[in-house]
Amino acid sequence: MYKYDEIDQSLVDERVAQYRDQTKRYLAGELSDEEFRPLRLQNGLYIQRHAPMLRIAVPYGMLSSKQLHKLADIASQYDKAYGHFSTRQNMQLNWPLLEDVPDILAELAKVEMHAIQTSGNCIRNITTDQFAGVAPDEVVDPRAMAEVMRQWSTFHPEFALLPRKFKIAVSGTKQDRAIVQAHDIGMEFYLDAQQQLAIKVWVGGGLGRTPILGTVIREHLEWQHALTYCEAIVRVYNLHGRRDNAYKARIKILVKALGIDEFKRQVEDEWAHLKDAPNTITEAELARVAQHFEPMPYEVLAQHDASYDAAIASNPAFAAWAKRSLHAHKIPGYRAVTLSLKTHGQAPGDASSEQMHAVADLAAQYSFGELRVSHEQNLILADVKLSDAFALWEKARAQGLASPNVGLLTDIICCPGGDFCSLANAKSIPIAQAIQMQFDNLDYLHDIGELELNISGCMNACGHHHIGHIGILGIDKDGSEWYQVTLGGSQGNQASLGTVIGPSFSAEEMPHVVEKLISVYLSERNGEERFIDTVRRLGIAPFKAHVYADKNAAKAEVLA
Amino acid sequence: MSHLISLQADVAKITEDAWQFVALPPSQQEVRKQAGKVVLFKLTGEQTVTPEQIAGTLIPANGKVMVPLTVFIARKTELQARIDQQEAGVWLDTHESLADLSQAQADLNALPIIAVHVERFADGRIFSLGTLLRSRYGFKNELRAVGDVLRDQLFFLKRSGFTSFAIRTDRSATEAIASLNDFSQPYQGAVDEARPAFRRYNR
Repeated sequence: MYKYDEIDQSLVDERVAQYRDQTKRYLAGELSDEEFRPLRLQNGLYIQRHAPMLRIAVPYGMLSSKQLHKLADIASQYDKAYGHFSTRQNMQLNWPLLEDVPDILAELAKVEMHAIQTSGNCIRNITTDQFAGVAPDEVVDPRAMAEVMRQWSTFHPEFALLPRKFKIAVSGTKQDRAIVQAHDIGMEFYLDAQQQLAIKVWVGGGLGRTPILGTVIREHLEWQHALTYCEAIVRVYNLHGRRDNAYKARIKILVKALGIDEFKRQVEDEWAHLKDAPNTITEAELARVAQHFEPMPYEVLAQHDASYDAAIASNPAFAAWAKRSLHAHKIPGYRAVTLSLKTHGQAPGDASSEQMHAVADLAAQYSFGELRVSHEQNLILADVKLSDAFALWEKARAQGLASPNVGLLTDIICCPGGDFCSLANAKSIPIAQAIQMQFDNLDYLHDIGELELNISGCMNACGHHHIGHIGILGIDKDGSEWYQVTLGGSQGNQASLGTVIGPSFSAEEMPHVVEKLISVYLSERNGEERFIDTVRRLGIAPFKAHVYADKNAAKAEVLA
Repeated sequence: MSHLISLQADVAKITEDAWQFVALPPSQQEVRKQAGKVVLFKLTGEQTVTPEQIAGTLIPANGKVMVPLTVFIARKTELQARIDQQEAGVWLDTHESLADLSQAQADLNALPIIAVHVERFADGRIFSLGTLLRSRYGFKNELRAVGDVLRDQLFFLKRSGFTSFAIRTDRSATEAIASLNDFSQPYQGAVDEARPAFRRYNR
């Protein structure tokens, strides 16, 4: 993974000093709340329901064992000994003291980490596929370009105070796993007809209050121009995006208002001036960064491993876990392994300091000392030998990190919700926990098969509810918490936004509502058909009818 | 004590202000609200100045004056002699258009100063306006940030081509100077240093 040189290190060190001074001035009353707000936000510090929340950047989801040990230590020393991994592949601390944040940042800087631009109206952490570099369907490893773009976007002076937050995702696979269509800018890397690295650029996607999938603004962009082309897009947005209404300030609203043709014309006009400017990426720079992402020193192994096959045959619990948690790898005899942070009954995405230390050790022992955070809020060891899988499983299981539910209904994506977040309309973690307990029977869970259930506590959609096969959105009705259900959303190349099935439900009703949706699927599915495919084939009508049958019957009784 | 910071040959100093900032007379505009909230930012391209305000703007008869863009455009004939003597400059708001300025004044370098007025510090349009004035319009003279100009935006303003900074008068300009150098090795190319780190150093 990328290692800092002196330039990178001086920048994060100077950031610590700058933020220490800003915090000091705020505490001394020299900065007003309003003036301090964008400063602390651009350092990932929110003022939350109970305490501040600090969001630490994990660029494109990559962590080393050393870094994860440090995160665990910070969580122990400055927080309640746990952290929350977010859908933007970052890590959040829920209970730090505002006064301690400069010290936390200084600790992070020691392991080449920071909290720069993890919030605020600026370019946020760039995200990508958690299987980058190891996925068999990968055409281009996107991480070197993601790092080049991270550096470009860090303290970009022209884009320091945008109308609203700005999210970029990059992907280099046949099957998109970075949801590029749900980002302000999505960059899809591919090899063109001349076998040159090229980029398909998407713009104006986003979830939140007004969910919209992005539109292609350019089918073919030579990689050298990635930064200047983004500058053209963000400049048009910076000048013309709406600042008068926060709900209409994202670039997607500007793109819709102008229409993609006019927006593209303005961007191309800008780009005509920016093209070939010094920010054009050089071959040497891409090569310099790419050498940090060279393939690991893999052993030459057979496709199969006898000890692994024997363990699968003799141990059903291991087999059930392996079926869900092991993912195909480019190199024979290796697998990527997901460690689930979705143990039933625990807050999705949370990891204790003890678990973090354990995962860091597992990564050091079995996966070249590196790991990744996925936007599904799990941790991935990307380079595990098949022959090590059983030993890894036993150790992970002892730490509660081996729930065999990856990709299944209880692998719920969930924001911190009303328990922590001051933006939330409703709690989300207890809903996730109640659903996990409702579906605690493993055989049943595996029978239901692949299903993505996403929960957000408000329309800001941190839990990506719009693209869940089942999406749950917390809403506020006259001061009480209700939940709206959508069906048919999905990520990937066939990304789609879910459709609301009808009136919202109370928290108590939710596990039962999900159960009813599942029962319709189980009775209607054809053979191996996945939940999402059944929804696409039948539409929402039969699901809706069954879920609301009781309610309608009750209403009919009252009317009679 | 002056609140003006000027960069002279890349060295920041507190300097006396030679320019008189000519403000528009107050308008009769009502406070705009959206969903019960006061609208804080004007839309880019929005016309906010009335002909009465332009006509009613008092331009001091003597000394160096910085006049509002709308006044500059409408009353250019009246100002021409002072422009020729390098005693008139122009300021614009973050929602106003550089194309309008350049249409009224083809040679921007005939102006000794252009200022961008930022009503609220969180309005990042000022950075794009500075960048465009330098890189697109080739403006070479003093470029000043005025209005809600605070220390924590200075580094970005400097990188966007601004060379003087009228710090909000309730804050210390002396203390603010330090923030011009918050970072010593920026990654990306910008106006003050066009080369990104990967072109400046053999990394």
